[in-house]
Amino acid sequence: MTSILIIAQHEDGTLNPATAKTLSGALQVGAEAIDIAVFAEPGSVVAGQAAKLDGVRRVVAVEDAAFKHPTAARLAPEIAALATDYSHVFGPSTTFGKDLMPRAAALLGVNQVSDIQQVIDARTFKRPIYAGNAIVTVRVPDEAIVVATIRSASFAAAPEGGDAAEIDARPAAAEDPGHTRYVRLESGGGDGPDLQTADRVVSGGRALGSAENFQLIYGFAEKMGAAVGASRAAVDAGYVPNELQVGQTGKIIAPELYFAIGISGAIQHLTGIKDAGTIVAINKDAEAPIFEIADYGLVGDLFDVIPELEKLV
Amino acid sequence: MKILVPIKRVVDYNVRVRVKSDGSGVETEGVKMSINPFDEIALEEALRIKEAGKAEEVIVCSIGSKDCQQQLRTGLAMGADRALHVLTDDEVQPLAAARALLKLVEKEDPKIVFLGKQAIDDDCNQTGQMLAALWQRPQATFASKVDLDGEIATVTREVDAGLETLEVDLPAVLTSDLRLNEPRFVKLPDIMKAKRKPLEEIALAELGVDAGPALETTAFEPPPKRAGGRMLESVQELVDELKNKGLL
Repeated sequence: MTSILIIAQHEDGTLNPATAKTLSGALQVGAEAIDIAVFAEPGSVVAGQAAKLDGVRRVVAVEDAAFKHPTAARLAPEIAALATDYSHVFGPSTTFGKDLMPRAAALLGVNQVSDIQQVIDARTFKRPIYAGNAIVTVRVPDEAIVVATIRSASFAAAPEGGDAAEIDARPAAAEDPGHTRYVRLESGGGDGPDLQTADRVVSGGRALGSAENFQLIYGFAEKMGAAVGASRAAVDAGYVPNELQVGQTGKIIAPELYFAIGISGAIQHLTGIKDAGTIVAINKDAEAPIFEIADYGLVGDLFDVIPELEKLV
Repeated sequence: MKILVPIKRVVDYNVRVRVKSDGSGVETEGVKMSINPFDEIALEEALRIKEAGKAEEVIVCSIGSKDCQQQLRTGLAMGADRALHVLTDDEVQPLAAARALLKLVEKEDPKIVFLGKQAIDDDCNQTGQMLAALWQRPQATFASKVDLDGEIATVTREVDAGLETLEVDLPAVLTSDLRLNEPRFVKLPDIMKAKRKPLEEIALAELGVDAGPALETTAFEPPPKRAGGRMLESVQELVDELKNKGLL
C-alpha cells in the first residue's frame, strides 16, 4: 500500500504554507493515505491547522516542550520511528526540510530525492541538477522507502476543505540527545509578506546603488502589497540582508507577478524565478539577459520609472 | 584537534552545463573541473580555525576516480596538511558517501567534519546531514559564521526566516553556506609545496561500505525554456498590460 507521511513545518504557532505545497506533491502520487506529522510544543494549535487541509487522513501530533525550536538532531529519530508505517516520507524543500530530511533518510538507510519538481509515478520523479540547467528523472528502487523533499515553487498549496482529519496525539519516541541547542533567530527582513510564499514580489539589483536607494524598492513593494527580494549582487553589496536573496543560492520562488528592477539577470538569479507567473523587467541596459525571459520588458532608468509606476498602480 | 574536510570534484562553477543531445547525461568532456565551491569555503574556514590556533591539523579527503587527486592537491596547496583519497570509479550517491566518510571519521577521530552545504553538480544537499545522523553527532548546516570555544561551536545558520544560531557540542558536522568566507587564492610556491604533502589512497571496496539502495537516473533533459515576452515603450503601457491580465 502506498501511504505518505508529510513532515509539517511551522513557526510561532502557524503552519508554514510550504506544508500545503508538500501535500500537493503528495496528492499527485496517488497514495491510499496521506498523514501529516506535526512536531510541536504541548498546547500548540498547529495540528488543528494541518487537519483542515483537504486530502489528509490523519494528523500525527507529537508533543514535547523541546519542539518549540526543534533541531534536526532531535526530530530525525522521531521521523524514523514514525516512518515504519509508511511507504513515503515527504518534507518541504525549505531550509527546515533540507536540514532535517537527509538526517532522517540516513537513519532509514536510503538516499533522499531532493527537490522534486514533478511527480511521474509513485517512485519516479523529476528534479533539477546543475542549478536547474538540467532536469533528471530519478526512480527509487522498489524495496526502499521514498524519502523526499518537495520543491515549493513547483506546486500550488493544497486547499483547506471538507471535514477536519482526526488528530492522533502521541508522546515523543526519542530522547533529546542534548548536544544541539537552539540559541536564537534573528530576522532582518521587515514586516512585509513572506518572500517565499508571496503572490507578488518586487526585487531590486545592484543598479539601486545603495541601501538608502533600496528604500525605493521597499516603498513600491508596500504599495503593491508585495514581498521584497534582491539579486545576489545587491545582497553582496550590503544593500539588504541575506535572506532576501532570490536565486539558486538564495530563495527559489514562484509568485504570480515578479518585478526585476535593476537586475541584469545572471543565470543563478533566473533559476530562482523561472516558475514565476509573469515577470516584469525594468533595466537601463537594453541588452540585459533578464529581458530574454521577462514577459514584459521596459528599458529605462529605474529612478524615473518606479516613481511613475507608483503613481499609476 | 583535527578537522576533516571532504571535497568533491565537480564541473567548474563558471561552466554553463548542457544536456547531451541524446539525453544520456550532461556534457562533461573537456570541461574545467574544480573543487565544489561550497567545499572550498568549508576548507577555507577549517584553515582559518587552524591559523587561529584552535586546530592542529586539517585533512582534506575526496571520494571518486583518480582525477580527484587534482582537487586534493589544490586543497593541499590552499594549506591542508594531508589528503585522503577514497578511490572508486563508480557513481557515489550521498548515503554511500556518508557511510564512507564515517569510516574515515572512525580512522581519524576529527573534532569537526566541515563540508559544503551541497555540491553544485547533483545539488543534493544531503551528505553532511547523513554523516551526522550515522555518527550520531550534532549538525549545524548552512553556516555563515562559526565561533569555537573549547568543546563547543556556536554556529550562525542561514535559514529562510533569517539567521538562526545553534550551539553544538564537538565532535560535530558543519556545512558551509556561501557567505561564510571568501576562499584564498593559491600561490605558485604553495602548489609546488603541495606536491610533497602526504596523499593516502584507500580503495572504496576496502572500507566495506554498503552503498544502500541507489536512485536510478532514467533520463536527462534540458530545462523548459521560458518564452521571451515583449518590450514595452512606456510605464503606462506596462500598467495597461498588467491590468488587462488581471494582475493589477
